[in-house]
Amino acid sequence: MPLATTHTTVPVVVDDAKCIADKGCTVCVDVCPLDVLRISDMTKKAYMAYDECWYCMPCEADCPTGAVTVNIPYLLR
Amino acid sequence: MDDIVEGLSEISCDVLVIGGGTAGPMAALKAKAKNPKANVVLLEKANVKRSGAISMGMDGLNNAVIPGYATPEQYTKEITIANDGIVDQAAVYKYAQRCYGIIEELDSYGIRFLKNENGDFAVKKVHHIGTYVLPMPNGETVKKALYRQLRRARILISNRYMATRLLTSSSGRIAGAIAVNTRTAEFLVLKAKSVILCMGAAGRLGLPTSGYMFGTYENAANSGDGYAMAYHAGAALANLECFQINPLIKDYNGPACAYVAGPFGAYTANGEGSRFIECDYWSGQMMLEFFNELQSGKGPVFLKLNHLHENTISEIEETLHKVERPTRGLFHEGRSTDYRKEMIEMHISEIGFCSGHSASGVFVDEFARTTVPGLYAAGDMASVPHNYMLGAFTNGSVAGEDAMMFADNHDFAEFDQADVKREQERVLAPTRREDGIPPNQIEYKTRRLVNDYLQPPKVSRKYEIGQKRLAEVREDMEQNMMVTNAHELMRALETHSILDCADMAAHASLYRTESRWGLYHLRTDYPEKNDEDWFCHTLLTNKGGRMTSEKREVQPYVVPIADEEKGLYDKQRIRASA
Repeated sequence: MPLATTHTTVPVVVDDAKCIADKGCTVCVDVCPLDVLRISDMTKKAYMAYDECWYCMPCEADCPTGAVTVNIPYLLR
Repeated sequence: MDDIVEGLSEISCDVLVIGGGTAGPMAALKAKAKNPKANVVLLEKANVKRSGAISMGMDGLNNAVIPGYATPEQYTKEITIANDGIVDQAAVYKYAQRCYGIIEELDSYGIRFLKNENGDFAVKKVHHIGTYVLPMPNGETVKKALYRQLRRARILISNRYMATRLLTSSSGRIAGAIAVNTRTAEFLVLKAKSVILCMGAAGRLGLPTSGYMFGTYENAANSGDGYAMAYHAGAALANLECFQINPLIKDYNGPACAYVAGPFGAYTANGEGSRFIECDYWSGQMMLEFFNELQSGKGPVFLKLNHLHENTISEIEETLHKVERPTRGLFHEGRSTDYRKEMIEMHISEIGFCSGHSASGVFVDEFARTTVPGLYAAGDMASVPHNYMLGAFTNGSVAGEDAMMFADNHDFAEFDQADVKREQERVLAPTRREDGIPPNQIEYKTRRLVNDYLQPPKVSRKYEIGQKRLAEVREDMEQNMMVTNAHELMRALETHSILDCADMAAHASLYRTESRWGLYHLRTDYPEKNDEDWFCHTLLTNKGGRMTSEKREVQPYVVPIADEEKGLYDKQRIRASA
């Protein structure tokens, strides 16, 4: 069966200007219980790669530069 | 990203702990303390720093037995009654005797509990009979404090490895486990003299009504892998029909009221703003009244705080919005709901297995031993009822000590290398297909069927249809599931666990032909409690590939219960006064 990709808004937003993943930081990626964050090969900044968030917030709480914001997913808002 | 890499390594250790949430770290610490020369490995699917049900923190101890406030005998009695009598008291009593020592130990780790002006623990009453709730205003520090202890004790931590199957010897003894890296799909074979499963609830079983697959009450990483692994290793699972269902804020998956807001004067109310239950403690009987009210003309159900003083509301808000589920404040902000102005709509959660709140778990005795020699279980996935976070810590410590004694007295058990090969083939099958169904669709369909057919009230005919449909999904999962990277492979393996748990939930529920534990096992075609035939545990086991259930006697009580006390939790509904 052919597969399609469907657009979806994701809860975790990273402010590229504040994110220091390009300097080697991986804190948000490390602490996520569902392992949904990655560092982009293109921008070298953290982003939410998989829409599987429990909106628990360690990524936001533990980020050393305050670059990560967790929003409530649209379906629940 | 997350490319699949071929690889297999093997390590050995004395005690292997699987799951680094709450019970697991404590089990590892206690095992190591028992024999500092031994090797203890802590394996975790996520990262121990922030894994498990208490990922972000916990707002309080729900079952603290503290001298001066409660006695172990009183607590054992309360839990026995709250769980409809189906309790082997030895494990509950042992917990009740030991948990104060664990509180003192957690206190020494720097985890702070609410104290009054005299420096004593400020315990609150929520349960029907006794006083056991101890708030943790700085509960967001729990995981960090545990992690410090693990580093100090030099526990070997392996993060991002998902255990998929246990290894056993030909005689049935535990021999180790197989795990797969969640970012590369490389295999790790762990030989161990004893193994402790601390893998949490089966929390991704039902589908939340929001339709958001990961918006579950439990941490969505807790997909029931431990239940499935124990089953496949031949361990017995107890009372799985006693589902977990919790009261929640409607659409938001944070706990509602009872343990945090209740002691301050908040309560569960109906649409008219009136109380309808005597006691907000989460029992099956309370959940049944909650469910009845939701369906009734007086529904839905609300959390009522708007009668409280501003200072009180601020204090409750501070805890509810900062400690355990901090996105809750954000949720209310988005909806413009304010505790001061209106009642907050509540609902009930999707179903799951979790002995932390109910009683569905891998069967264990008072030493945390399962029915497989050398295999232990603790925390939400082990059968000690209503054991919550403090139970995970306390029973985890029991498991750690006993598992190390087992390892000290036994050598490694031999396992068949062909089992490793077979497991590699099973795990990698979805990576070898060019075409097929992605795991998220198989998972969604499974969980939708769980909601449609297995969610209480339970109807036999619906269950049989559900079983048939789940078997069709299993066929799809085994023949057609396809993944494109290692992350998706983790989800595929979780889907296996979820489907196994759905099958077990159906089988166990059909076996017990009575109603018990309020809403948790409400069978509309067997509406009455039948003590004559069903005052017993049910044990579910994999016997040669066939799922079987049998009865097991409730062990003689350690703490006797008078006849007039037995029904205390049955009388939850507030009766109209003259």
